[in-house]
Amino acid sequence: MSDGIRSADVVIVGGGVIGLAVAWRAREKGLSVKVLEREEIGRGTSYVAAGMLAPVAEAEFGAAGKRLLELGLRSAEMWPGFAAELERASGGEVGLLRTGTLLLARDEDEARALERQLAFRQSLGLPAERLLASAAREREPGLAPTVRLAIECPEDHSVDPRLVLAALRQACENAGVEIRERAAVESVELDDAGTRVTGVILRAGERVPAGLVVLAAGAWTGQIAGLPSDAQISVRPVKGQILRLRDPAGPGLLRRVVRFQGGYLVPRADGSYVLGATVEEKGFELSPTAGGVYELLREAHELVPGIDELQIEELSVGLRPGTPDNTPAIGPGAVDGLMWATGHYRNGILLAPLTAELVVAELAGVPA
Amino acid sequence: MATVETDTDPLTIAGRTLGSRLLLGTGGFASLELMAAAIEASGSELVTVALRRIDTTARGSLVDVLADAGVQLLPNTAGCYTARDAVLTAKLAREAFATDWVKLEVIGDEDTLLPDAPELLRAAEELVDEGFVVLPYTTDDPVLARRLVDIGCAAVMPLGSPIGSGMGIRNPYNIALIREAVDVPVVLDAGIGTASDAALAMELGCDAVMAASAIARAEDPMRMARAMRHAVEAGRLARTAGRIPRRLYATASTPNEGLPAFD
Repeated sequence: MSDGIRSADVVIVGGGVIGLAVAWRAREKGLSVKVLEREEIGRGTSYVAAGMLAPVAEAEFGAAGKRLLELGLRSAEMWPGFAAELERASGGEVGLLRTGTLLLARDEDEARALERQLAFRQSLGLPAERLLASAAREREPGLAPTVRLAIECPEDHSVDPRLVLAALRQACENAGVEIRERAAVESVELDDAGTRVTGVILRAGERVPAGLVVLAAGAWTGQIAGLPSDAQISVRPVKGQILRLRDPAGPGLLRRVVRFQGGYLVPRADGSYVLGATVEEKGFELSPTAGGVYELLREAHELVPGIDELQIEELSVGLRPGTPDNTPAIGPGAVDGLMWATGHYRNGILLAPLTAELVVAELAGVPA
Repeated sequence: MATVETDTDPLTIAGRTLGSRLLLGTGGFASLELMAAAIEASGSELVTVALRRIDTTARGSLVDVLADAGVQLLPNTAGCYTARDAVLTAKLAREAFATDWVKLEVIGDEDTLLPDAPELLRAAEELVDEGFVVLPYTTDDPVLARRLVDIGCAAVMPLGSPIGSGMGIRNPYNIALIREAVDVPVVLDAGIGTASDAALAMELGCDAVMAASAIARAEDPMRMARAMRHAVEAGRLARTAGRIPRRLYATASTPNEGLPAFD
């Protein structure tokens, strides 16, 4: 009962991969940490994510693309160490697979588009190798003869987000982070001057005091009230439908992550695959659709005909937290004691280690 | 960024006047921010949105960004393969966007995304009857364009080449024939790859140009949006300026009379 009265140094709003990573790292720095999750820990967007650590494959033109690439490269470099530490702290695996990623073109049109992407990556000095179809199919015999050209991104790997989430939760609990589920935050509480955070108010009315509040609420960030309008950031949900498949014959159909126009396939070590993902501006709507599934399967089947034999284990829908320029908000907000760790769009899993490091560095430097 | 005052006469479609003769598609941009910046750079006042791909009530979404940009919305029926689906989608769009304008697309083939002519006519007839202002995306067939106008379409939007192909105007003669065949605005839609394609469309007599992928998927969408804006204005000016006839042999641009003698 006294649970909500006792003050923590840091309250983290959101128990997805970002919130948990920040919580774990902040606790390791000696801060007392409370995580408030609106539903169940690790069952939102992070749970649906495929887990690609693919900054090179995802590289995009323009200034925002460049910023995101820099963040992605830094975080990808942190992942092996982060994974090893997390496995030690939790006693569980996180499923980091160092397989590399293939970008595929299946006809002349897509090959021209891929050449443009290759030139762009090479101009930035990124690791990306042009492969003729025969070479790509030698590396991945499960690919269809329709493949015309490929780019291999040898440094773009993957993790299993569900294992990461379970490990983060365990690591948090082992370290003494207080986790509260079904504790939806209604608003951020400010002092009388409106310039400093004093805690948060739960939807149920309870006040949770804290000198530092980290908003890691992903697509739901915009639903948290209490901030003056000039201190808010714009985050919207971007719907994605995603399939989880399993090969009854075990692993081997694909070793690398493959990406193509209209989707990607991410292999796990145990013969299961994640096939994603649609990108839909549908607000908080969460219904899977026949058209969404059809599109995913149609494109994937053309490139990896062997998926016919896979069993469908799950069809899920996630809500990516999208900002206007697709880059995340990480760091101090316009109000003292407020930290942003949200808006990671398609890159939450990739950017979790870096986000945690950046946010915790700020938290540790701010007197609570 | 400094914007260029539009240098051309306004366009009127079904009684609505637009200062810019460039229409923009909103799909395919890497981010909403890039889309908003490109719309501003293009000077476009009318942009298409695919009802099937968005939620019109979501905060911070596409519709909010477009409202902030101050542009008018033209809902389309992208993704529809039958007249029935297109009509239903148009009606949902009328509810969602509070406009009876619709860019009618009925696609006949997944690989080429070419219009399905019989379905298009059927849907257009029904929507006109229901009071819609119908702007059909059509093939570059002058006869079909006339039939669409005969049944009451407010404009026609013939393709230059398949959607997203960037192949430009493959049959300029047909586009010119469509211009002759109908007395409603002709909006060149689909196939624009770069600025010269847009200028050519205007020179052929099109009243406006619709661009989407050419801008959204350019390396620098803002810069391409500006290029399209200038191209559409240049093409319109050239069309209305009255170009010279083509000749086989040269004719000196400077008259010979009155030249000084250097001897």
